[in-house]
Amino acid sequence: MTAFTAPIADLKVALFATCFNDTMWPETPKAVVRLLERLGCRVEFPSAQTCCGQMMTNTGYAGEAVPLVRHFVDVFEDYDAVVAPSGSCVGSVRDQHPMIAHLAGDPGLASEVEGVRPKVYELSEFLVDVLGVTDVGAYFPHRVTYHPTCHSLRMLRVGDRPLQLLRAVEGIDLVELPGAEECCGFGGTFAMKNADVSVAMGTDKAAHVVETDAEVLVAGDNSCLAHIGGILGRQRTGIRTMHLAEILASTKEHPTW
Amino acid sequence: MVTQPVQQTSPTFVGMPKFPVAAREALANTQQRTNLHNATHTIREKRAAVVGEVDDWEALRVAGAEAKDEALHHLGDYLEQLEESLTARGATVHWARDAAEANRIVIDIARAKEVDEVVKVKSMATQEIELNEALEEAGIHAWETDLAELIVQLFGDRPSHILVPAIHRNRTEIRDVFLRQMGEFGRPAPADLTDDPARLAEAARLHLREKFLRAKVAVSGANFAIADTGTLVVVESEGNGRMCLTLPETLISVVGIEKVLPTWDDLSPMLQLLPRSSTGERMNPYTTMWSGVHDGDGPQEVHVILLDNGRTHVLADSVGRQALRCIRCSACLNVCPVYERTGGHAYGSVYPGPIGAVLNPQLRGTASEVDQSLPYASSLCGACFDACPVRINIPELLVELRGTVAEQGGHRAESAAMKAAAWVLSDPRRLAVAQRGATTAGRLIGKRTIRKVPGLGAWTDARDVPTPPKETFRQWWAREHGDGTTTQRAADPGGRADGIPTSNDGTEPGGER
Repeated sequence: MTAFTAPIADLKVALFATCFNDTMWPETPKAVVRLLERLGCRVEFPSAQTCCGQMMTNTGYAGEAVPLVRHFVDVFEDYDAVVAPSGSCVGSVRDQHPMIAHLAGDPGLASEVEGVRPKVYELSEFLVDVLGVTDVGAYFPHRVTYHPTCHSLRMLRVGDRPLQLLRAVEGIDLVELPGAEECCGFGGTFAMKNADVSVAMGTDKAAHVVETDAEVLVAGDNSCLAHIGGILGRQRTGIRTMHLAEILASTKEHPTW
Repeated sequence: MVTQPVQQTSPTFVGMPKFPVAAREALANTQQRTNLHNATHTIREKRAAVVGEVDDWEALRVAGAEAKDEALHHLGDYLEQLEESLTARGATVHWARDAAEANRIVIDIARAKEVDEVVKVKSMATQEIELNEALEEAGIHAWETDLAELIVQLFGDRPSHILVPAIHRNRTEIRDVFLRQMGEFGRPAPADLTDDPARLAEAARLHLREKFLRAKVAVSGANFAIADTGTLVVVESEGNGRMCLTLPETLISVVGIEKVLPTWDDLSPMLQLLPRSSTGERMNPYTTMWSGVHDGDGPQEVHVILLDNGRTHVLADSVGRQALRCIRCSACLNVCPVYERTGGHAYGSVYPGPIGAVLNPQLRGTASEVDQSLPYASSLCGACFDACPVRINIPELLVELRGTVAEQGGHRAESAAMKAAAWVLSDPRRLAVAQRGATTAGRLIGKRTIRKVPGLGAWTDARDVPTPPKETFRQWWAREHGDGTTTQRAADPGGRADGIPTSNDGTEPGGER
């Protein structure tokens, strides 16, 4: 299914890097740029972009997220498509921005939100649904297991799109993760407010990752990966975590490993 | 509508520690962790299998939610219709504003019947109002007859699951408590009792049988109350409920006002949704329905107590009221990764798990420590919403309740941090300035692993910290593409290397938009 009839190169595509990736994991949005350009897209990074406001909303401060939602629609409303390497942030835009506009009591903002949010795609959705590709020409000769993050799975319903993309990667040894659909225990501020339960969940997730004998744990959200990876690192498992974008961007000429 | 008070936190749960504290203790309970893991995963798989075989489960969920919403949106009308139907069929209807009123009505009826004991059908509403404790105080024994509730009662324990309240106990523990306690309350367990499930069930059957045959008064709840026919419905698995509902002369049912369904037809989706969601069964084993009094058949005196106890308070909340659709199936508990590890006691209420994290602060308000902490007892993974047969959007409700908790104050540091974060994040220049902290740290740390950060112990106790980069993405982009936006444009020599946009969008750093 391709949502646009115009040639890919004519699409006005914006990268929403997300504030966490921008600040902590720049290699991920860089990989998105390389990948999308390789597939013939013209990607723009509107530098006025900041944050979707998810952290405030989910911690109980939805009012504080109002200016961020306003800013988000201002920055992105003129694009044909907005691509973000985070299921969680895209979930926030699609699921929570209407609620925040409603809370702000601003019908104008609500209608702007309605205009923008259907154009916001998580990376695997954009590749499979908009560009219509599953083989992105990637090369990654390592043993990999995939963790579907909760918001990509249950808010966005990306289904097996990330797996379709990974299966087409040349050289990859993709192994199934037991209990894959169970939450890793990150949950934003949950990781701090309920650190014991969060770690208990993350430890079980990490144990499943270890069971697979994978070298790399891949997911579509770096925040979840920071949590699982933090445990895998503390346990000295030697298992590396990587964002889906970085594996898909990897080629023989420019490996990301 | 008269504003009803919210439910009072009962004496049993007053002073419950907040969830993270209770959870820490529960996480260290090895036996409970094992039992919960096995039980929740078994029920999870059974449920998934029987839900998967229904042609259009989603349509059933929608039908169930719509029936409940229809009742809730016209609750006053349907309750009056229910009262009329019940009265016309010989039942006596009582209205109870709160737990104290409901308990007093039960006690008064039992005293009028001059009994010192009642048999009980498993019921969440009577647990919510702590009827057993109130009866005990009035000198009336309340015998739980559901096997798991009997086990909990023999232990002097509290239930830890809505459907399988003794989920935290194993067979050997149950055998031991049967041997130790049954004789105290009635027929003792046989001395050679083993932990074979059939032997345990037989011991319970013999112990309970004398109570069923002796009791003059039974107390139940109801899963559904049909307004147009005046029918109460109890859905159970063991048949003990049917014994209580048919043998004694007097039957008292305590029914939350949200249990009403408009018509008999509305039972159809419910009786398909409930067993598949709760026990993973296609059809419920014992479904008992009664409409008032029938001459010479079953209880000759039927009382129905319609209980508010905070429910109208929840109903007044246009988002939160969807929680009143809950049919107490406990599917959300069984799929919840938090509940699976902490068990039910940490939730400080008879309603544990995701729905408890919503219902308790809704019904009781957010004055107590435990009720304030419950909306945060979730990673918002969404498994509960997916499993809910009546489509209660539990994550949405948890986020709404977090707003309520945050608004009432007492979280000054967090509130200030969120305000500061919003201020920084509402302007790209401020964000770029703030990011310098990360990149400075990144340059200092290099490739070393971070295992400790002052003030971040909650994270670093068990998790390494991701190493910040030397350069943010926006710095890289500005270096590669200038401050412009497209990948096609040549690098703009005017763009600042630190990524702070030089274009004028009408704001100065630090200015308000």
